[in-house]
Amino acid sequence: MEKLISEFSSGLFFWQTLIFVTLIFLLRKFAWKPILDTINEREKSIRDSLDSAKEAKKEMESLQAENKKILQEARAESDAMINQAKQSGKELVEKAKSDARSEAENILAQARTSIENEKRSAMNEIKNQVADLSIDIASKVLEQELDDDKSHQEYIDKLLKEKKFDQ
Amino acid sequence: MTYIKSRSFFLSLILLSASFAHAKEEEKKQSLQEEITEYIYHHVQDSHDFSLFSTKDKKTGEKIYYGFPLPVILVDEGIKFFMSSKLDHGKKVVESSGKFYKLYHGKIYETNQEGKISYDEEGEVTNLKPLDLSITKSVFSILLVSMLMFMLFTSLAKSYKENNQIAKGVGRFFEPIVILIRDEIAIPSIGENNYKKYMSFLLTLFFFIWFLNLLGLSPLGVNVTGNIAVTFGLALITFLITNLTANKTYWKHIFWMPGVPVWLKPLLAPIELLGVFIKPFSLMIRLYANILAGHIVLYSLIGLIFIFKNLVGSSLSLVLVFFISIIEVLVALLQAYIFTLLSALYFGFAVQEDDH
Repeated sequence: MEKLISEFSSGLFFWQTLIFVTLIFLLRKFAWKPILDTINEREKSIRDSLDSAKEAKKEMESLQAENKKILQEARAESDAMINQAKQSGKELVEKAKSDARSEAENILAQARTSIENEKRSAMNEIKNQVADLSIDIASKVLEQELDDDKSHQEYIDKLLKEKKFDQ
Repeated sequence: MTYIKSRSFFLSLILLSASFAHAKEEEKKQSLQEEITEYIYHHVQDSHDFSLFSTKDKKTGEKIYYGFPLPVILVDEGIKFFMSSKLDHGKKVVESSGKFYKLYHGKIYETNQEGKISYDEEGEVTNLKPLDLSITKSVFSILLVSMLMFMLFTSLAKSYKENNQIAKGVGRFFEPIVILIRDEIAIPSIGENNYKKYMSFLLTLFFFIWFLNLLGLSPLGVNVTGNIAVTFGLALITFLITNLTANKTYWKHIFWMPGVPVWLKPLLAPIELLGVFIKPFSLMIRLYANILAGHIVLYSLIGLIFIFKNLVGSSLSLVLVFFISIIEVLVALLQAYIFTLLSALYFGFAVQEDDH
């Protein structure tokens, strides 16, 4: 220890401390501050870039998800529309069918009544004609026989009166 | 601790090698050992000139140094300035404005014209010592490393501007270390909220110690971080920053420890107060001892090569030197890391919020 103290060189200590402290201040100004600032800045920019890349990825993913959602919605909507169209088409056909059926029934009923009427009037006509014809024929037949027999004419008249056509 | 260990390790190596010696060569080896010991001692000390290597003059046996001189600055009734080449490794007396100076065992003493060094009864030098503010080998190395660091990290800062926030060139290597110190040392130790104001010190400290440790392993042979004055300076700054930025909680934990019985509180206070000084003291000793020990071990092993002087022993020593060198490279980084980490931890204690 004594030797250490006796060998201690105060000149060297003086210079070493002076140079070292000066070096600290010089390097702080011209080297360490710019170096550390640059390193920090660079690290920050790297971190920011990574963050923004992550953000962009997330954004893209959400965008993709949204697109998918929109697509699904569109599909669902179109499906619904098609279904509705089908439904309404069916209903339309159904309604048209039932309308046609009821119309046909109406027409049929009308036709039936008019046929009945026609039939009736035709029958009356026929009856009248048959009566006329019968009278014609009968009168022709009777004309020959009744020429001489007056009583026959009377009888026929009497008969005609009795046999009146109904209707 | 490591220092003492390595010393004893060194001694046992010397003893081991001595036991191998033949009786004839005993004397010669003894002088070689002394020379190596002296060389190592010389190396781990600071010196006033930057000598790269030395040889011995064959005729006179005097050492000839190769290197370059450094300025000597003395504060002794005004500032004295001359180049260290004038001292000529202690062989010459230098006259500077009426006063005479001589280098003796690495220190400059004021002497008379003949350069007389006088001693007291215990063999201590009694000559006056002027305040020595010389640009020594260590100061020169510190300046060198500081300039290197300044150029390196300002160029890194500049390259960000020129290259769109991406490091270029050698900064590519240092940028991850800067981030490591922030993310592994500063933020976990100090906390997200407070770490920023300590970053300049921690970064400077780490690279300063690391580079100086590595420079110490280079063949230039400097030993800066293994010098107690340097580690004292570093630890002192850690101590000052810790205590000057400390908040109320920190002082409360020292003088009136919360969560313990009242009678224990006054007993804990002196222990805690002692801890305030022991923490930076341990920092100082740890770095100093580790680096010094590493240098001594390395130099001892290199010395062994010359002591063995045979193929097996010397080559074994060489292999050992190689491995220890690699370990020392690791230690250079590790000690810088530990010093920085512990400093950060102490700052963390100083600013932690009361969360009990």
